[in-house]
Amino acid sequence: MAKLTLADLRKMREEKQQAMEMRDASNKDVQVIVGMGTCGIAAGAKDTFTALVNAINEKGLTNVLIRQTGCMGLCHSEPTVEVVVPGMPTVIYGNVDAATAKSLVEKHIVGHQLIDDKILDRPSIDIIKNA
Amino acid sequence: MAYESYVLVCGGTACCSSGGTTVVETFKKELEAAGLKDKVQVVVTGCLGFCEQGPIVKILPQGTFYVQVKPEDVKEIVAEHLVKGRVVQRLCYDPEQAKKLVAEANIPFYQKQYRIVLRNCGIIDPEKIEDYIARDGYKAIEKVLFEMTPEQVVEEILKSGLRGRGGAGFPTGMKWKFAQQQPKGQKYMVCNADEGDPGAYMDRSTLEGDPHSILEAMTIAGYAIGASKGFIYIRAEYPLAIERLQIAIKQAHELGLLGEDILGSGFSFDIELRFGAGAFVCGEETALLQSIEGNRGMPKPRPPFPAVKGLWGRPTVINNVETLANIPVIINKGADWFNKIGTATTKGTKVFALTGKVNNSGLIEVPMGTTLREIIFDIGGGIRGGHQFKAAQTGGPSGGIIPPQFLDTPIDYESLAKIGSIMGSGGLIVMDETDCVVDVARFYLDFTVDESCGKCAPCRIGGRKLLNYLKKITDGRGTEQDIKDMQAICDAMNKASLCGLGQTASNPVRSTLRYFMDEYMEHIKDKKCRAGKCTKLIQYKIDPAKCKGCTLCARKCPANAITGTVKQPHVIDPAKCIKCGQCELNCKFGAISHG
Ligand SMILES: Cc1cc2nc3c(=O)[nH]c(=O)nc-3n(C[C@H](O)[C@H](O)[C@H](O)COP(=O)(O)O)c2cc1C
Ligand code: SF4
Ligand code: SF4
Ligand code: SF4
Ligand code: FES
Ligand code: FES
Repeated sequence: MAKLTLADLRKMREEKQQAMEMRDASNKDVQVIVGMGTCGIAAGAKDTFTALVNAINEKGLTNVLIRQTGCMGLCHSEPTVEVVVPGMPTVIYGNVDAATAKSLVEKHIVGHQLIDDKILDRPSIDIIKNA
Repeated sequence: MAYESYVLVCGGTACCSSGGTTVVETFKKELEAAGLKDKVQVVVTGCLGFCEQGPIVKILPQGTFYVQVKPEDVKEIVAEHLVKGRVVQRLCYDPEQAKKLVAEANIPFYQKQYRIVLRNCGIIDPEKIEDYIARDGYKAIEKVLFEMTPEQVVEEILKSGLRGRGGAGFPTGMKWKFAQQQPKGQKYMVCNADEGDPGAYMDRSTLEGDPHSILEAMTIAGYAIGASKGFIYIRAEYPLAIERLQIAIKQAHELGLLGEDILGSGFSFDIELRFGAGAFVCGEETALLQSIEGNRGMPKPRPPFPAVKGLWGRPTVINNVETLANIPVIINKGADWFNKIGTATTKGTKVFALTGKVNNSGLIEVPMGTTLREIIFDIGGGIRGGHQFKAAQTGGPSGGIIPPQFLDTPIDYESLAKIGSIMGSGGLIVMDETDCVVDVARFYLDFTVDESCGKCAPCRIGGRKLLNYLKKITDGRGTEQDIKDMQAICDAMNKASLCGLGQTASNPVRSTLRYFMDEYMEHIKDKKCRAGKCTKLIQYKIDPAKCKGCTLCARKCPANAITGTVKQPHVIDPAKCIKCGQCELNCKFGAISHG
C-alpha cells in the first residue's frame, strides 16, 4: 500500500465508515464475530472459528462474513460469538463450542431462531443506553 | 420459520433466585394462549449485569428493557406489548429516575460501565488497520501533527487530569512536560506493557484488541516530548499481543502512519518491540529501562527521574498501556470532556480484571468513583454459589485487602490509599468466607518475596522474615509477639525499600492486620482457621455418638492415626493425623468432621 497523505487518510476513513453503514443498511450481509483474545483462544475460540467456517461452507452460505475481534469483556463465558443477521436482533452468544457453532449457523442464521441458554447479550449499560 | 419477536429473560443466578424461572414458564404459557407461540421466541440469557433490578426481561427487536418483572406481569406484557405493540411503561427501566438517584447518592449509577480504553475491544478486527481508522483511528494524530504545537498537546493532557494507570497515578501531562523541557536531542518514548501482576490482563486485552490505539498514542507522545523513537516493552508470555502489535506496526508503516515524515507532516517516529522475560520487578520503570539497555533488570534510586535521564542517559517518558489508550480519545474529544468523568482527584475510567468468587468474572471499565459494591454486585453479578462477601483485594500482589465496611467507598487513588490499599494496575480479586485472609496475605507475600531483586536489605531480608512469621502463624505456631514484630517489619519495608516493590509488598499484611486482627488471633490463640484453609490447623474429630465402629476409617487412614475396636467409637490421634481428609470422605455415618 502506498503511503497516505492527510487527504488520503480522511478519504479512507470516510469511505470505510460509509462502507460499514451501508453494510448495515443494505440488509444483505450476515456477520459472525468471534472474540479471539488470549482467553477466547484458550477457551477454544479457534475450534469455534473452524466449526463456523465449516458449517457455513456446508450450507453453501455466501452472504456470511466471519470476523475476529478482541476481548468483549465477557471472559467468564468464552468463547463468545456475536451474530448480526438483518431483520433479527444482534446478539452475543457465550460458551460457544464447536457443536454450538454448528447449531448457531443452522438455527440462527438459516432458521432465524435464537438459541436458548447460550445468549449473553451486552452488559446492561449498553442496553440501557440504546433503549 | 422465522420469529417476529424475541423475549429475552435473564437466567443469571440473581434473576433466577428472584423468580426469573417462573417468568420464563409464564411467558411460554401466555404466548401459547395468545396464539403467538410460533411468532415469539422465549430465550433464556446469561446475566445481563443488572441484578439488583431483576428479574430482567428484554423484548427484541425493539430492545425494550423491563425490570423487576413478576409472573403476574407477564400477561400484561404479552397482551399489550406483543399483541398490540404498546410498551408497558409501568415496568420499563426509567433512566430519569435513575438520574435522580445519581444526583442524590452521587453515584454514576446509570453508567456503571463506560468504555474509553476498551472502546474498540470486542468491536473491531485488531488485525485490520481500516477497522481502527473507521472508528476515528489516527484522527488524533492528524489533529496533533497539523493543528497543535507540542506545548499545546502537553497542555491538553495536563488539563485532562489523566494520571498514570501503571500504579502510581502520576499526572501524565506533568511527566510529558518534564521530558519536553529537557534540551533538544535524542529522547525516547517507552510503553510499559510488562503487566506482571498475577491475574491482571487489562493491558494484554487492550493490546490484543486494539493495538493501533497504542501506536497512535505513542506517536502523539513522541511528538509532544520531541522523541523520534519509541519502545514497547512487552512480556514474552504475551505471544498473541506481540503478533498483533507486529502486524499493526507493519500496517502503520505501509500507510505512512509510522516512520519517516508521517502524513507529510515532517515529523518522524518509529516503534520497536522489546521483550521482557517475565520478572515482576522489570515492570518498575528504572528496572525496565535497564532491561531494554540489555542489563539485568534492577531498580535504581530516583532522582534522576527517567524524564530527565532515562534510556542511555537520555530523557525518556514511560507510560503504561492503559494510560496511553486514553490519549487519542482525549485529543479527539478534548480535555474538558475527559475531566468531567471521574472524581475530584482522579479523572476518567479504570479497567479492572475482575476475578475470584464473583459470578461474572471479566474485564470491565468503569468511571473512577464507582464503588466496589457496584463493581462486585451489579456488574459482577454478586458472589458465586450464594456465598458471603468477605473481602476484596485491589492492586495485585502489593495491594491491600479491603473488608466489607468499605464496599461503598468510591474508588480513586486517594480513597484506596486511605483504606490501606492501592489502585495498582487494576487487578480486583473477590473473596468469600471460604478464603482465609492470613493465608491470602501469605500467598501474596510469597509472590513478592520470590520476585524481589535482592538489591536492598529491607525488601530482601524483611520480606523473607515476614513470610516466615506468616508461615508460622498459618502452621499454628504463632505468638502474640509475632504480630508486633510483623508490624515493625512492615513499617521498615515500607519506609526503607528502594523501589515500589519493597515499599508496597507488605500491604496485604498491613491491611489484614488492620481489618482482620481477630482472625490472626484465632490462628494464634485458638489454633483455628475459620475458613478451613490453613490445613495444619484443621482438626479431624470423630463424634462418638455417631460412630458405629465400622473400622472403615481406620483402614483408610494412611497415617494409621485412627484406633478403636470393632463396634466401639474410634478416635483420631491428632499428633499422627496428616489431615488428608480420607476418613471423613469414607465414613458412611457422617461421624467425622473437621474444623
Ligand atoms: C514492582 C513494580 C512493578 C511494576 N509493574 C508495572 C507493570 O507491569 N506495568 C506498568 O505499566 N507499570 C508498572 N509499574 C509502574 C512503573 O514503575 C511506572 O510507574 C509506570 O509504568 C509509569 O507509567 P504511568 O505513569 O503511565 O502509570 C511497576 C512498579 C513497580 C514498583
Ligand atoms: S525494594 Fe525489593 S525489588 Fe526493589 S530494589 Fe529493593 S530488593 Fe529490589
Ligand atoms: S468410618 Fe465412621 S462409623 Fe466407621 S469407625 Fe470410622 S468414624 Fe466410626
Ligand atoms: S485426616 Fe487422614 S490422616 Fe487424619 S485421621 Fe483422617 S484419614 Fe487419618
Ligand atoms: S479476553 Fe475474551 S472476553 Fe475477555
Ligand atoms: S442475574 Fe439477571 S441481571 Fe444478573
